[in-house]
Amino acid sequence: MATLALTKALLLIVPAVLLALLVLPARRWRLAVAVPLGVALAFAASLALPSGILAYVVSFAIMGSVYALLSLGLNVQWGYTGHLNFGVAAFFAIGAFTSALMTVEAPTGIAAQYTQMAFGLGLPFLVGVAAAALVSALLAFLVAVPVLRLRLDFLAIATIGIAEIIRLIFQNERWLANGPQPLRGIPQPLHCLVRSQGCDWLPEWAMALFEPLSPRDYPLIYLVIIALFVAVLYLLVERACRSPWGRMLRAIRDEEASAAMNGKPVTFVRIQSFVVGAVVMGIAGALYAHYVVTIDYSHFHALFATFLVWVMLMLGGSGNNRGAVVGGFIVWGVWSGTAFLANAIEPLLALIADDLPRRAAYFRWLLVALLLAGIVLYRPQGLLREEKRVSRYLRE
Amino acid sequence: MTTAANDEQPVPETSSPAQGARLLEVEGLVRHFDSLRALDGADLAVDAGTITGLIGPNGAGKTTLFNVVTGFHLAQAGRVLFDGQDITNLPPHRIFRRGLCRTFQIPREHQSLSVLENLMLVPPEQQGERLLGALLRPREVRRQERALRERALEVLAFVELDHLHDEYARNLSGGQKKLLELARTLMTEPRLVLLDEPGAGVNPTLMQRLTDNIRTLNRERGITFLVIEHDMDMVMSLCDPVVVMSEGRQLMTGSPEAVRRDPRVLEAYLGGQYAAAGG
Repeated sequence: MATLALTKALLLIVPAVLLALLVLPARRWRLAVAVPLGVALAFAASLALPSGILAYVVSFAIMGSVYALLSLGLNVQWGYTGHLNFGVAAFFAIGAFTSALMTVEAPTGIAAQYTQMAFGLGLPFLVGVAAAALVSALLAFLVAVPVLRLRLDFLAIATIGIAEIIRLIFQNERWLANGPQPLRGIPQPLHCLVRSQGCDWLPEWAMALFEPLSPRDYPLIYLVIIALFVAVLYLLVERACRSPWGRMLRAIRDEEASAAMNGKPVTFVRIQSFVVGAVVMGIAGALYAHYVVTIDYSHFHALFATFLVWVMLMLGGSGNNRGAVVGGFIVWGVWSGTAFLANAIEPLLALIADDLPRRAAYFRWLLVALLLAGIVLYRPQGLLREEKRVSRYLRE
Repeated sequence: MTTAANDEQPVPETSSPAQGARLLEVEGLVRHFDSLRALDGADLAVDAGTITGLIGPNGAGKTTLFNVVTGFHLAQAGRVLFDGQDITNLPPHRIFRRGLCRTFQIPREHQSLSVLENLMLVPPEQQGERLLGALLRPREVRRQERALRERALEVLAFVELDHLHDEYARNLSGGQKKLLELARTLMTEPRLVLLDEPGAGVNPTLMQRLTDNIRTLNRERGITFLVIEHDMDMVMSLCDPVVVMSEGRQLMTGSPEAVRRDPRVLEAYLGGQYAAAGG
């Protein structure tokens, strides 16, 4: 029992330290404080929390990470460049289905009658994620060429339409990814760590570390993986944006004509930023698919996969990458919290009308909409406002 | 295709010290907006080393001419030659990279960038502007950013805005934004700068500084200017030759004195009867 808690704590150190780094201000002492703080947090969570609660926290953090990535991708498009992309769901779905098709083994025999898919290559997880990024980039490029001629609200309308088309394709084309039926059995990376026979490529002594884990503890492993993905993608996006490249994006957002007169290839740069944002969203989709194992078209409705992401970015702070990630976690927390709230008020609703409790789910959307209205009215710049100096080389 | 109805008059000798070859040549430029003929066979010539003035009543097509020359609007007929090469309807950033800069009548600063970064934005071919460069070559980007910063501060000192370098550009006054527009063009090595009403809405002190700056740049760095301006005192003291436009084409060109005396110019500005009465 104690070894189980120890193993869990060791695994939790990675996400806990990254969380501390995210929350602490960017000072010289940040790393020195974040490491002990993260370690303490990991041990406290592992030892003090009942396993049911810990499992909930872990799954919450994984979904929060998926949304943080979506929000980060949207920030490149909207926050930096002003692309009003209401089609986040399209790139999320493309990423998820691409990675699934790349990594699932094509069914044979009797199973093939129940599951149809265009192909199933059974490739490793990382290949699936890379393919998701690539296909998402390709789609973004194809969409960008005609659609980025549009501005603001027209772009929004076009992207909503594209997201719906993509979703309807996955809903109706059975040959592609099992049509309206779910696509099952998406492999989970490093799942062998929690199985009794272990991973063959890992030395005996290392495997001993994971010995106490059982398959139901797998989300812990996945949390480490996705936390690392968030960290690496955040650093890459931040590096690209806090440089002359990001300066061009912000210049184009502010005053396109002037940027063109300053010799910037405006169309090319606008396409670049759209594609970069879509790549991050596609990777988020892949990471989502490998976490939930079973996906279908209904996961990619605009409400969950587009508008919630917009609320996250607005709350966190458009134009600020750290804000985008923080906003992702906070709004995911609010959204999860409203589920409890909706449950709690069901008896109250039953007093008003008999069929009202069945509609309690809509109450959650009401709360999220109120939150959005509050942000726009009282803190339009979000929790973390965008930095005055774009280039990080100007900090001295 | 359309040509100017009145033949282009030969450019007279001017007193400008740095006389040179023809730098910009515009031939029979046409641009309609729906039924409005903003440019109707406009001709224009700018010699290297001059500060050429471009005047004309409101709606004469001066700003449209700038927009078409810099690739911001497409020409429907006619040619634009820059240094002997055809640049008609090239995209704006290509034209910029050949050394032809412009400013806007209403300053279009990048509001949410600092004054400093408004200028650092301008130089082309920055390593950090390419995505892979920004991601993979931080050292080189850092080196370039240092150099750009130095240069931007120098230019800001020249237009005396250096104390405002860390301010958001949107917080500058109207006149300061005009100076920022001029500063923007100095971040590269422009050969020809098109200034669209640099003096509009600028107080007299700032105006004096602006004209001094333009003169210094012309004399010491050999930059050629083409200036749209309504302030006749400024035009007369700064520009030579002066080109007059009216109704989408060139009316005449000549020295400030010649333009001032020409009855056609007065007529274009004020209408026939005034010219007759005044003459």
